Amino acid sequence: MNLWQEYKRPASVTEAIQALTSAPGPVMPIAGGTDLLLDLKQGRHSPVHTLIDLTFVPEMSLLELRGGELFIGAAVPVNRVALDPLVGQHAQALTEAANLIAGPQVRNTATLGGNVAHALPAADGTIALTALNAQAEVASPTGTRRMPFTSLFLGPGKSAIDKTKEIIVGFYIPIKTSKFSKNSEVPRTASCFKRIMRPQGVALPILNCAVWLERESEIVIDIHIAVGPGSSIPFRATEAEAALRGQFLNEETINRTLEFLLGQAQFRTSARRASADYRKHIVGGLFKDVLDTAWARAS
Amino acid sequence: MNNQITFTVNGTKHTIDPVAGETLSTLLRERLRLTGTKIGCEEAECGACTVLVDGEPMMSCVYPAERADGKNITTIEGLAQRVHEEMKLHPLQEAFVEQGAVQCGFCIPGQIMTAYALLKRNPNPNSDDIRFALKDTLCRCAGYPSIENAILAAAQALRTGEPVQKPTHIPDSIHDHKTVGHSHLRPEAVQKVTGEAIYTDDLTFDGMLFAKAKRAMIPHGFLTKLDVSKAKALPGVVAVLTADDIPGEHNHGLVIYDWPVMVGIGERIRYVGDAVAIVAAETQDIAEQASALIEAEFDLQPVITNPVQARQEDVPQIHEKGNLLKHIKVRKGDMDAGFAKADIVFEHTFHTPTTDHAFIEPECSIAVPVDSRMEIYVGSQIPYQDKTQVARALGWDESRVRIVGQLMGGGFGGKEDIMGQIHVALLANVTQRPVKLLFDRHESLLVHPKRHATQIRVKMGAMKNGRLVAVDTELYGDTGAYASLGEKVMTRATTHAAGPYDVENVRADCYAMYTNNPPAGAFRGFGVTQSAFAVESMMDMLAEKLNIDRIELRRMNALHVGSITNTGQELKESVGLMECIDRVSSTMCQVSGLSQEDLFKPRVTSDAAHLIQSWGFAAAYKNTGLGGGAPDISGADVELYEDGTFQVRSSAAELGQGLVTVMRLIVSEEMAVAPEKVRVLVMDTDLTPNGGPTTASRQTFVTGNASRYAAKTLRDEITATMAEKYDIRPEQIRFADGVVHVNGHSMTWVEIYKEMKAAGQNPLVRYEYEAPKTKPLGAGGDMHFAFSFGVQAAEVEVNKLTGEVRVLKVISANDVGMAVNPLGLQGQIEGGVMMGLGNCLTEEFIVENGNVVTDHLARYRVPGIMLTPEITSIVVEHPVEAGPYGAKGVGEVCSIPTTPAITNAIYNAVGVRIDKTPVDQELIANELWKREGNK
Repeated sequence: MNLWQEYKRPASVTEAIQALTSAPGPVMPIAGGTDLLLDLKQGRHSPVHTLIDLTFVPEMSLLELRGGELFIGAAVPVNRVALDPLVGQHAQALTEAANLIAGPQVRNTATLGGNVAHALPAADGTIALTALNAQAEVASPTGTRRMPFTSLFLGPGKSAIDKTKEIIVGFYIPIKTSKFSKNSEVPRTASCFKRIMRPQGVALPILNCAVWLERESEIVIDIHIAVGPGSSIPFRATEAEAALRGQFLNEETINRTLEFLLGQAQFRTSARRASADYRKHIVGGLFKDVLDTAWARAS
Repeated sequence: MNNQITFTVNGTKHTIDPVAGETLSTLLRERLRLTGTKIGCEEAECGACTVLVDGEPMMSCVYPAERADGKNITTIEGLAQRVHEEMKLHPLQEAFVEQGAVQCGFCIPGQIMTAYALLKRNPNPNSDDIRFALKDTLCRCAGYPSIENAILAAAQALRTGEPVQKPTHIPDSIHDHKTVGHSHLRPEAVQKVTGEAIYTDDLTFDGMLFAKAKRAMIPHGFLTKLDVSKAKALPGVVAVLTADDIPGEHNHGLVIYDWPVMVGIGERIRYVGDAVAIVAAETQDIAEQASALIEAEFDLQPVITNPVQARQEDVPQIHEKGNLLKHIKVRKGDMDAGFAKADIVFEHTFHTPTTDHAFIEPECSIAVPVDSRMEIYVGSQIPYQDKTQVARALGWDESRVRIVGQLMGGGFGGKEDIMGQIHVALLANVTQRPVKLLFDRHESLLVHPKRHATQIRVKMGAMKNGRLVAVDTELYGDTGAYASLGEKVMTRATTHAAGPYDVENVRADCYAMYTNNPPAGAFRGFGVTQSAFAVESMMDMLAEKLNIDRIELRRMNALHVGSITNTGQELKESVGLMECIDRVSSTMCQVSGLSQEDLFKPRVTSDAAHLIQSWGFAAAYKNTGLGGGAPDISGADVELYEDGTFQVRSSAAELGQGLVTVMRLIVSEEMAVAPEKVRVLVMDTDLTPNGGPTTASRQTFVTGNASRYAAKTLRDEITATMAEKYDIRPEQIRFADGVVHVNGHSMTWVEIYKEMKAAGQNPLVRYEYEAPKTKPLGAGGDMHFAFSFGVQAAEVEVNKLTGEVRVLKVISANDVGMAVNPLGLQGQIEGGVMMGLGNCLTEEFIVENGNVVTDHLARYRVPGIMLTPEITSIVVEHPVEAGPYGAKGVGEVCSIPTTPAITNAIYNAVGVRIDKTPVDQELIANELWKREGNK
């Protein structure tokens, strides 16, 4: 059956919002479409009449530095994110996550906007953006606004974005500018993303983890830890972060951090993918690996 | 509607009106008729549909056509360039041909387009770059090593401007012949790399309708009500048929006619894929809508979910004769005496899941009414049985049905049963218009027969020195809703259950049971894949218990010339098992630099202490041919044409395995002409004699022999004619160097043709070859006319923290009798390893209470290039007297030992015995975790 009846290609965010609210419904915005079209086809998404293609909106395909932030348009293909040197420089966790999303062909159409709008708690791009403390720019008929990243999610597969009238325009990733500290060592920031898969079944990670940190000598000045699926929405291990912030990094502090992480995360059992116990059992190794890598990068 | 869209395809500009819901793949294939772009899954999983959009590879099956506005698109048809009258292949295309990277060919356009984009970006890629770029472009023939070599060779040619390198690592056969035994290119390879190769779905006919079957989608019940009125009323629907509309026999089947073409009212639904109605409509979309409008009601019945349950008393009986398809028995010696004598007796139970062939080309059939006949275009492994089965359902004489076999995008045993053939014939007969039925991946996964899930309990008795004295096996096989080839498959599982060993006392009982799961039938390995996993695990367990080297243990018990098999057959020749064992054993040491005794110890090789490596070892054997008393016959025609070329014809199927090349080389050898002088026609029941089923690794043997003897006979006829005409002795006529030497004069084949015609002789020979007779199971004597042997070693790396398993290296030795085309053989062996690796690590077809969970490719993972280990192939050639030049089968044996080689390696690395496939990393991690806790 026809997956859509009408297809619109707006050329600006304003046009896109207008199309979204006025085109014959049901209406859905489409970016890469690699998830949406399959959901439509396989009956996981209710039928739509009009698709609004966001990839013709120039604003949403920008990837650039804006002041102290890196802006990544929501319709930028994941592969461009993976290859872009600015992303590599300021958000290496996102580079790594982007390189692991699906395969090369899908990455050439799939977008971060779609990855986030799909609202899965362990999507690779989403977990990297969580640790990078990104913000989203959301457009609606009443204008655009910034939203903290984790506020975009309501639950597994449930986005806070009202797709009948709102779209994610892009993401802002803060870039910490270097400041000289007393002992004149440069505090350095770095990030890392890794994941654990299983070779059977759906290609969703069993577990993924991203860490962003700021290091001065052997001290963790600041840290963000994201783990998927650590709760029903992309999970920030805030208690673990607090436990490590301002501390020397050593085996003792790492183990304590891990305890906080395990205490706060709500690992669940996903049928045929991983049990909660397995996730609890392997998260420590993954977290330490990611933390070690980010730490070394920040030296 | 939106405005027109304008885009460029391969340099040509197109402006068209968009069509609602159209994807780029459909636009290219159906509107622009660029059918080189293939559709394998329509869910962005397989990569067959890859095209370049503005230089970047994209999956065209999930690319809205309207998005192509303003874009520049390159398809496979855009790579080769016409230079004067000749097509000049792109170096990538040439390299794919030369390196033997093309097998069934269906994935190849996607592979080449993906590789093309890579080389544009990175002219000097290494192996990692290639694997990264091709991660999601699946090849089920799994020619990944050759694909990688082809890309490297093309890159080099593009960088240097030098000709594309040919493979240098593939040795010729040890058996010396002019043509056979040397590497040759596939005749159809060029079409497969340019996108010109036609598969069934690429065909279109005037006035063609599109069909869709309404599937029951309940696992067990009675059809109580069926209302097709809404479907019939839908504009564009031309016919809706139900069981009442079948003019002939209602059931089909390969051995037992137990599978309803459609289930009628009051009749039993036995699995979710049962058809209750079929629709033909003007478009695919209308056919699908109509199918959805058909209303069916059922009286649901309790579901039989597994073969053990199926055999219990008081459970519902799925078929009239009950749930037992067959109790298969193997008896040899005296079990009590054997176990009494044994120093050690132990037993263990193993489980293997259902798996799917996942050929990249889904099933497609087209029926075309021609005068009072029906032509069926289909990629089928058994064209003549299709003909019989279609005729039966139509109630026609067989002569009115013609099967026109098409290239197949892989089969692996999964294209032996009837899928859409009868449905399209019924619809075409009623509408008198051509009808196409193309399965989407979902339907393919749901409907066609799979590999049997099994439960196998092995009890093994041995002497202290390792000599096996008794092996007792009990097998349960889940044959699903219908028999298909279930009885034959499980017979093979049973007869091979004690492994390739000489054992005095053997008993095996197998219960092939009907259940409400999708049917199970033929799948590369044919039951032996499952029982080999069990017995080869047992062999390693025994070696450990007795503290004997596992290779020594296998040597000590290995079948050899003079052994009596479990079915009472004396092996008189061609048992290359020991050589396979020896050569794998020494090659392991060579490639790893380890001593024999260190191979199987756990090793930490990097600074990561949680990554443990080790080797594992396994052996197997597999019959060539049908065996069991079935007459194993193939016919072939060889004909000389006016232009001095030959054609060899048989209905044997080319599914990517390379039979067409084998037939060509054999006729070329016999007639002493260049291979290019021999054309091959297969799979057309009007034009080619019956080659029998393409199954059981039999075609090189039987159709190879039929081709060979047909050619020999033609040669004899020519000799006789020329001897008479020139009044010379037959010995004065020699066939060599592309000509015929007649009493010192050389004559061209054009001249020979004229001479034959002038003598009133038609230079055409049909030869029906019958393989040596076999005996049924239980009768003793020769159950099979040949066996192939295979030994594999796998090196794995297990992550102790997560349980993840990586296969690093595989060494595969196969006794194939004689390597007819070493280049094709290499690809088949590498593909066999990859299919075995998938069977072991990634593949599990999940059915829950009769409902299919793995109903999309995204849920059923087949191995991609990223999982490909370094594969070393060793070809062992112990010839079979009756085989063509000594050849026997290889298609299956090369895939069988992989699973136990890997699971034995896992045990050797971390001490966790895997007795259920696929390997569950969570189970490994938990096991290790428990042990750590117990310390």
